Amino acid sequence: MVPLAYYLGLSTILFCLGVLGFLIKRNIITIFICIELMLNAVNLSFVAFSAYLKNLNAQVFVFFVMVVAAAEAAVGLAIIIAVFRTRETLNVDRVNLLKL
Amino acid sequence: MLHLILFFIFAAVCIAGAVNLLAQSHPINSALSLIVVMGSLAVLYLLLGAEFVAAIQIIIYAGAVMVLFIFVIMLLNAGIEEHSGKSYVAWFIGIPSVTVLVGLAVYSLVLYQENSDPAIGPEPILGSVQAIAHLLFGKFLLPFEVTSVLILIAIMGAVVLARRGES
Repeated sequence: MVPLAYYLGLSTILFCLGVLGFLIKRNIITIFICIELMLNAVNLSFVAFSAYLKNLNAQVFVFFVMVVAAAEAAVGLAIIIAVFRTRETLNVDRVNLLKL
Repeated sequence: MLHLILFFIFAAVCIAGAVNLLAQSHPINSALSLIVVMGSLAVLYLLLGAEFVAAIQIIIYAGAVMVLFIFVIMLLNAGIEEHSGKSYVAWFIGIPSVTVLVGLAVYSLVLYQENSDPAIGPEPILGSVQAIAHLLFGKFLLPFEVTSVLILIAIMGAVVLARRGES
């Protein structure tokens, strides 16, 4: 059957792709999407450990991670809208001042 | 055996989606790739016996959160991303650190693989809704209530932030 290490490896690959995208992407929405990808990778390792250790607490933690991710998406996207209103751009290189 | 085959199929879909997410230059394509990743992750959760997590992965993530993303992308009329070539730090410090991170992860996985590694077998359904609910409304009742407050604050914050500047 599937060894635990395979799930952890997949989780690692997804997390590293998320970090890479976070670093090289310049569009603020794509950067946000990469953060979601990293959260998903961590959730996968939570669930894999939960099944392997036969402990359900980790799945409750995944629930909490999802709640925090949803809250973060709502607030973050609102901030993106506010930034776009004042600067008319989504490129993070152009957003280099906290105040206009 | 079937588990292994399904794992490889959906892991491949997952990684392909994530790579496509990075390769695309238009944010809407990235968002749709992320939905593919989330869908195949939900199948992997089902393989691991986590029914509840698979369901909320589809409902909350692929449903609610990604719809929010796509609405914002359409609202802001986000176009193809432009590279201004000003972000040297990301390339010259970021890429090597990601390489180091990958190396460390692979090293620790290989080290782990050499030690005992019992496989995850097909087991009785572990993460049923009933079992999760017993934990969530028993042992984790206080954190659950705190998350509801967090969600409330997030809703108010989103409304305040996205509101047009008052006259």
